[in-house]
Amino acid sequence: MALLQIAEPGQSAAPHQHKLAIGIDLGTTNSLVATVLSGEAKTLADQNNQVMLPSVVHYTQNGIEVGANAFKNAALDAENTLVSVKRFLGKSKADIESEYAQLPYKLSEKNGIFNIETCQGPINPIQASSEILKTLKNRAQDSFGGDDITGAVITVPAHFDDAQRQGTKDAAELAGLNVLRLLNEPTAAAVAYGLDSGQEGIIAVYDLGGGTFDISILRLSQGVFEVLATGGDASLGGDDFDALLVEYFKQQTTQNELDAPSLRLFMSKAKACKEALSLYKKVKVVLEFADQNHTVEVTKELFNELAAPLVKKTLRACRRAVKDAGITNEEVLEVVMVGGSTRMPIVREQVGHFFEKLPLTSIDPDQVVAIGAAIQADILVGNKPDSDMLLLDVLPLSLGLETMGGLVEKIIPRNTTIPVARAQEFTTFKDGQTAMSLSVLQGERELVDDCRALAKFSLKGIPPMAAGAAHILVTFKVDADGLLSVSAMEKSTGVQAEIQVKPSFGLSDDQVAQMLKDSMSFAKEDMQARMLKEQQVEALRVIEAINASLTEAKNLLNETELAILEAEIDKLIQLRETATTPEKLKAGITELDNASSDFAARRMDDSIKKALTGQSVDQV
Amino acid sequence: MKYFELFSLPINYNIDLALLNQAYLQLQKAVHPDKFAHKTSREQLLAVQKSAEINDALHVLKHPLKRAEYMLAERGIDIRAEQQTLQDPMFLMQQMELREELEDISLANDPEEAVEAFDKEIKTLEKDFHQQLTALIEQTELIQLERAADIVRKLKFIYKLRDELERVEDALFDD
Repeated sequence: MALLQIAEPGQSAAPHQHKLAIGIDLGTTNSLVATVLSGEAKTLADQNNQVMLPSVVHYTQNGIEVGANAFKNAALDAENTLVSVKRFLGKSKADIESEYAQLPYKLSEKNGIFNIETCQGPINPIQASSEILKTLKNRAQDSFGGDDITGAVITVPAHFDDAQRQGTKDAAELAGLNVLRLLNEPTAAAVAYGLDSGQEGIIAVYDLGGGTFDISILRLSQGVFEVLATGGDASLGGDDFDALLVEYFKQQTTQNELDAPSLRLFMSKAKACKEALSLYKKVKVVLEFADQNHTVEVTKELFNELAAPLVKKTLRACRRAVKDAGITNEEVLEVVMVGGSTRMPIVREQVGHFFEKLPLTSIDPDQVVAIGAAIQADILVGNKPDSDMLLLDVLPLSLGLETMGGLVEKIIPRNTTIPVARAQEFTTFKDGQTAMSLSVLQGERELVDDCRALAKFSLKGIPPMAAGAAHILVTFKVDADGLLSVSAMEKSTGVQAEIQVKPSFGLSDDQVAQMLKDSMSFAKEDMQARMLKEQQVEALRVIEAINASLTEAKNLLNETELAILEAEIDKLIQLRETATTPEKLKAGITELDNASSDFAARRMDDSIKKALTGQSVDQV
Repeated sequence: MKYFELFSLPINYNIDLALLNQAYLQLQKAVHPDKFAHKTSREQLLAVQKSAEINDALHVLKHPLKRAEYMLAERGIDIRAEQQTLQDPMFLMQQMELREELEDISLANDPEEAVEAFDKEIKTLEKDFHQQLTALIEQTELIQLERAADIVRKLKFIYKLRDELERVEDALFDD
């Protein structure tokens, strides 16, 4: 049912019409969607009143199931049921095989893309993730009475590298979502708490999810959330605690090798046992598999003993992050707990002990990230024009280039505030060298082999010079989503090369577009119509944006300039009505965008000036 | 000195970090890409550029060494990409001694005490160089600025020692 909007008496709904924006927590184990309704952020439930969607995708002969139904099949049809697929995003087949020994899947690799073989053919982690996102998108759309969603904020673990972020964004695009921003999960959690309590100071966010661990140190002052440092472990989470119990079960039942269904059973029993131990001192686990029947008893003490090394590992990362932030443990005002795994009593105890503070758990640790993302999405679509809130995030892992001898030259160190642009000069190694191959790396180690190779590209057409005479300026740019683009230029000749870094084992733009097409069951005309509609929405957005800017700052243009710009706006308004192809309308939008470039630049300079004038006025 | 102007701060090596940070937050509130998420792509692009520029300016002004290098570069002495070695045997000798001392820390009877003593030692040196630098960097004569550049080169050694001390500390006290 559509919700009718009623404006306050004397106030029209336009021009600040409420736009539909959602926040999605695409989790390893569970995923959620939230939105801000009547000023309050809420997670949205499905028809069965369930808020959490298990991040499980089951491929069957007849179709695709996502969530609880898929999960039910996990033990029965393990090969075709993709569980915790987020762990595989942005990774190669080799990465996954070396990291996870016990997977019940058939893995394959084709043209550099890693796939899981299912009964529906090869499925890559981006496609599987997009199925989860699609399900959440539909859930939100249903709750809005079928209205279109303007945009979404999708959360990612803070330490996700470029390949994993790109993979997440591709999955969202594949699901037909307009991504307003990729937001780090801990930052989202801090937003959810920060706006609630309104206090200022240093906040530590301890986020132990199903498959990943993150620690972030943030400072909140004057409405600005500044991430000071992040750290963590991309492959440490609740699943690892389960794995310890699986090992223990195997030991107790004297099993060395398990077939896929038995392994699946052991894993779900381990998980249930771990959860029960948060409430009880002792749990009896019944294991019935392959004609065998065992009962294994697990005490809280035993579990704590098994878990201690893992918890300690997280605290080591905490210490490093505190140090990177340039603060001490005592300066931490609050500790926010995020992720279902922080329900384990041993985790709460140890973290409380480490920071010498009782951790905050008042918002459901499973929902807090989605709630923060929804708050941010609401602001980003422009529903709260007076909002003072701003998030300043950092680059989680250093970015660099490979140099001679397999060494890494860091261009942007980790924990640098983004967006950021940094350049460094390199030179040729041999006399008469006319090309240079650049390998982009991400990671903290000194050796190339220990870092993640993000992309390779080459700069060709360097004029032959003596070794060391050419000056190659390499520029790294990271946007607010944490996504990287790299350009290289030979300074004396201006020869250039540029790439949007698409990870070696991710998908190219063309591949994403193709998958998008394949996934739509429309005929070509429907596709055209849909794209035209999208461009019409975009045209309207651009027209409204420029008109709004004109209302605010017409004085920055002289009469002639104003007349020209207004004529261009009128042109697009007409084109929007008459254009028959998306390409034509797109060209028109670009034209208006170009025509407004001077105005945009002046407005930017003007806001910079005003920002600081405003400040000195405040101080008087 | 456009970085100082950007933050509306007086050109001064002894910068007011609280004011710098306040101006920084005000500027980011005005230009951060998030403030342009529903604007035209032109404005979004500009916002990313400006925001990155402001981040870079903060990065340079916040760090004493980078700030000094920037100020010297603006005054015509760019030592940011140089490979030049320092011509000061006395100083280099002292550095070698300090390095040996650093290496011996892990062997000391009480490593924690040794770390603290060493930390104190380099802090004293650092303070001394900063004072000299403050006096020299405001000068306009080339010879004074060259001397300031030499101090910056020496400070780089000190900062490197500090980083290495941290590494030693990590190795000693992690776990």
